[in-house]
Amino acid sequence: MAENLVGTVGPEQQFKNFLSEGKFMIQRCKSLNKFFFHPRVAFPGSGERDLEWVEASGNGEVYSSSCNRRLPEKGGDFNLSLITLEEGPRMMARVEGVDPDKVEIGQKVKARISSLNGEPAVIFDIV
Amino acid sequence: MDQNDINRLRGKTAVVGLAESGCGLASGWSAMEIMANAVHDALDDAGIKLKEVDGVFAATAFHSMAAMSLSEYLGVKPKFADGSQIGGSSFLSHILTAAMALDAGLINVAVVAYGSNQKSAGGFKTISEAMPYEAQYQPRMPVTAYALSAKRYMNEFGATREDLANVAVSARDWALLNPRAYTHQDGPLTVNDVLSARPIVDPLGKLDCCLVTDGGAAVVMTRSDRAKDTKNTPIYLLGAAMEHHHRMISEMPDLVQTSAIESGKRAFSMSGYNPNDMSTIQLYDAFTINTLLFLEDLGFCKKGEAKELVKNNNIGPAGNLKVNTNGGGLSCVHPGMYGLFVTLEALRQLRNASGDDVGQRLDGGWIDNAKLSVAHGNGGVLSSQVTNIWGVSDTL
Repeated sequence: MAENLVGTVGPEQQFKNFLSEGKFMIQRCKSLNKFFFHPRVAFPGSGERDLEWVEASGNGEVYSSSCNRRLPEKGGDFNLSLITLEEGPRMMARVEGVDPDKVEIGQKVKARISSLNGEPAVIFDIV
Repeated sequence: MDQNDINRLRGKTAVVGLAESGCGLASGWSAMEIMANAVHDALDDAGIKLKEVDGVFAATAFHSMAAMSLSEYLGVKPKFADGSQIGGSSFLSHILTAAMALDAGLINVAVVAYGSNQKSAGGFKTISEAMPYEAQYQPRMPVTAYALSAKRYMNEFGATREDLANVAVSARDWALLNPRAYTHQDGPLTVNDVLSARPIVDPLGKLDCCLVTDGGAAVVMTRSDRAKDTKNTPIYLLGAAMEHHHRMISEMPDLVQTSAIESGKRAFSMSGYNPNDMSTIQLYDAFTINTLLFLEDLGFCKKGEAKELVKNNNIGPAGNLKVNTNGGGLSCVHPGMYGLFVTLEALRQLRNASGDDVGQRLDGGWIDNAKLSVAHGNGGVLSSQVTNIWGVSDTL
């Protein structure tokens, strides 16, 4: 039941709070034994609500990648990728530490928590 | 409910009037004024008076309650209205909803409309709020999403930027035959032009991306019994279906397969025709990758084979497949949401072949004997997919 939400925060804020504590957490449905991302109040598609937070391994693989062109004075080009996590779900993130146009599909990556514009953010490095 | 229940809408309604307004540049005109111009012109085209309109369908990036704002502006008091916003395909879904409302007897005359002054008002205007879990990475939406799909497509099927460029080259060749196209005077494109254009989000460059223009459009729909008595050739809605599987690109189940697979299958099934029966193929080409994906997902070839299908200008004016015959969003017009222009071109080709005067084209710009057109709309980031099948009376 979720009729009265006073004094609690939703999964999106919980995710951000974990990031602020330096933890990259994803949700798992206990009865299905399946992970999912992004965070939600119930398992997508079938609605199970027996969820728990589990710290992600941080291991992933590049599913697709793009090099976003930007003027040098605005920060220069940057990478934006979709990462398939070892646990199964996929997420958007940046891959850093290599030229933004040199991130290739299938490369293994590892997550770390960094910050973007003052907010904690999951960033990946090529393994 | 089974497919037979859905199929009872087949051929029950028709478009009896259409118009566009302010395509290209319309400095000094508001989005509402452009949209209203299109509605009045479409009603004139149909020979139907404004006071008969009792169904209003609209979506724009400028109006949170577009159907209500448009109704008020027109001075119409609709008995049914819908402003559902599923991105650029909204209008193809409005057409399905309008057909349902007409068939149910809720309304007698529907207008479906769009208007935008984005170009003269300063450039691409997004309709989208920032996406949670994506926004902080600052994707350049929608281009980044389509680039991610294109990169994956190239990786899975061995496609190249040249394959994508072939789509833009053919679109331009069609635009050269269409005086209404924004790039009509710009001359042909070469593959090398596309490859050497300014990179936006790799692997997509500027010429892999649609135009940014102003423009509005409208269609008028009635039940088929009434349509027979209007002044121009009615074009019948034979099939319509929609589906979507995600909103954010990071949630797209498979970057190289869109839900057009499902919308297309159901729309063609409802129409009783196959992809190969289509005289013209109008696809929502916001980016070059779209055309490849939709040719495959709608069944014109197998997955991964569209790169072969578009070679040698096979989707251009001299080719076997008459794809995006107005020049498409890439070379004709793209005022932010392109769905109603996909529809207009599908309808215009059929009306021209039926003898209506719907404008001039250079030789080869009109498809002789066109009887069936598929109009396919895309919205969001390869998200919402809506397929409409249109036919002339002897396809009923």
